[in-house]
Amino acid sequence: MLKQILFAFALVITLAVFAWTMRNIFKYFSFTKKLPLKQIPERIRMTLKVAIGQSKIFRFPLMGLLHALVFWGFLVILFGSIEMVIDGLAGSERALSVLGPVYDFLMATGDIFAAIILVAIVIFLFRRLFMHINRFYGTEMKPVSKADANLALTFILLLMVSLLGMNTFYLLECAFSGNKPEGVFPVSRLLYGLFEGMSPASIHFWHEFNWWFHILLIFAFANVLPYSKHFHVFMSVPNVFVSRVSPLGYVENMDSITREVKLMLDPQAVFDGDAAPPSRFGVADVEDIHWVNYMNALSCTECGRCTSVCPANITGKLLSPRKIMMDTRARMKEKGPGMIKKGVDFSDGKSLNGSYITEEELWACTMCNACAQECPVNIHQPSLILDMRRYLVLEKSAAPAGLNTVFANIENNGAPWQFSPHDRMKWAEELYMNETH
Amino acid sequence: MENKIKIQVPVMADLAAQGKQPEWLFWVGSAGAFDDRYKKVTREFAKILTFLGVDYAVLGSEESDSGDVARRAGNEMLFQMQALTNIQIFEMYGVKKIVTCCPHDFNTLKNEYPDLGGKYEVWHHSSFLQMILAQRGIKIDSDIFSNNTIVFHDPCYLGRANNIYEAPRTVLNSIKSSKVEMPRNKSFALCCGAGGGQMFKEAEKGNKEIFIERTEEALATGADIIATACPFCMVMMTDGIKYKNSEERVKNYDIAELVSMALGL
Repeated sequence: MLKQILFAFALVITLAVFAWTMRNIFKYFSFTKKLPLKQIPERIRMTLKVAIGQSKIFRFPLMGLLHALVFWGFLVILFGSIEMVIDGLAGSERALSVLGPVYDFLMATGDIFAAIILVAIVIFLFRRLFMHINRFYGTEMKPVSKADANLALTFILLLMVSLLGMNTFYLLECAFSGNKPEGVFPVSRLLYGLFEGMSPASIHFWHEFNWWFHILLIFAFANVLPYSKHFHVFMSVPNVFVSRVSPLGYVENMDSITREVKLMLDPQAVFDGDAAPPSRFGVADVEDIHWVNYMNALSCTECGRCTSVCPANITGKLLSPRKIMMDTRARMKEKGPGMIKKGVDFSDGKSLNGSYITEEELWACTMCNACAQECPVNIHQPSLILDMRRYLVLEKSAAPAGLNTVFANIENNGAPWQFSPHDRMKWAEELYMNETH
Repeated sequence: MENKIKIQVPVMADLAAQGKQPEWLFWVGSAGAFDDRYKKVTREFAKILTFLGVDYAVLGSEESDSGDVARRAGNEMLFQMQALTNIQIFEMYGVKKIVTCCPHDFNTLKNEYPDLGGKYEVWHHSSFLQMILAQRGIKIDSDIFSNNTIVFHDPCYLGRANNIYEAPRTVLNSIKSSKVEMPRNKSFALCCGAGGGQMFKEAEKGNKEIFIERTEEALATGADIIATACPFCMVMMTDGIKYKNSEERVKNYDIAELVSMALGL
């Protein structure tokens, strides 16, 4: 009974802290712009393929496979975690074993996956600590970003060790008590032999220890995640669901501008509804972004695949698509609490577009979509870059000189260069073709 | 010696005056009309259309810039003015099907004009050539490129932006020649460096120009023809070949030029 009370207490604290964190994050979302979600069947298909099927992570085949195994393993192991919560609250032991063969299968799979994940995490840690992988470096990768990554990996490593420990000592305990163990544990069965000489008391202790250690670590991890880049664990599947279904090259129309342009072309134009023009065109700060942009920023796990394929970054320019996402998240974290206290008009004299992300970065983008193509969780960096360019051009008239010339030419003569529209057919003059047989 | 036939490129306004409506609008695009190098591509593509007897016309002086560069450079106002003006012209002539050699205009017309009320069937010339060569059962039996090795550079707005990777390759495969691929190809392809308005501005400070990085990759394949399907990529690759002093060894062609030459047009 004491165990149940302690467990319920830990669970309530976990959920309360988590709810409090989530409440803040939802408030931050309320500062962002609305964007309706359509095409739900396509979104479900996309989520199954990209999130559940891990299709994009396999673009880096070897590391992709390791990550996919970790992800799929997590899904299976989640079943056991749910059971632990039930056991903790009800005082039962392996309550879901009533499922019989299904239970045996899930336990066996989870046990094997625990070992696979353990190996994968050791490889990941080794790569981060001892190998110089280019995409783990860059101006935006501060020591704290690296510590964050290593902390998340350590958490997972300990979760897997305690899971295997729990299963192994469960088998040992069953052997001593003569009870038939519930579930099948192929890997723990192999580890079993290592601890056979131990006394029943210490076996019991280590079973209990691993059980508590594992579940409390999950509780702690769940509450660390929202403050870590590894929030990705919660956010990436929903992020894939809300990510764009339109072709990568498509740019979202600014309807607020359509109204003005139509009035310019035809002053008599009539519109339904009375949509007020927005207070600002484009993105100056975090309250101007769409909620999907913020979702993107929260889902970014800083893997750097985007930056590693960015043509601007490859050739030594300042632009790093990963930094765009990290800056967006950091800026919301900085400005969000002020906006909660003083409303959305709160200003601290800084802005995302300017203080965090410089014009030099924004203008280096070729809109080639390599970053978006690469992102395993379908983040679309170019749309945010473009929205910041829109602010620079539409609100501050701050485009580079070459582009201002292009704008003027298109306005005056309908082409980026200074040629008369009447010369548009010059290419067709004196055009001859061979007669073929 | 073959006879030369003079081509009169049909213009929408003239056809409309005769009460005719062509099946296709050939959208030339600003680069196709004004860039000296890409004008050649426009001419070759018009030859192919004529040779195949495609029912088409161009807008001529009534065509205006698609607005793609303006939009991607952040000038949404200018983009929408261009788009709405062009859509008015399309509607006036009852345009239904559009073909263009420019992947940027292809992308904007196909994916973005619908938001402003302009819904058309839009084809890039790579898919168009693939379709029409197959439809007409045309076998290209010329040997003029059989000693050449062709490498194809994927334009971002054809490939990643619209998932068209096979059409230009199918067209190239219809021409007898060796083919090679760059290490970064199809959805992994590196941008030529000209998109998003870069074509018209100084590059930001870095340690290399993007077009040089990409040209080096193309040259390293040992190919002697770099094929593209985009006016911007064409400019960048041409500059890259010059920069690497490889003009003697390596030529740069659009897929339409290669088809036209192989057809002997």
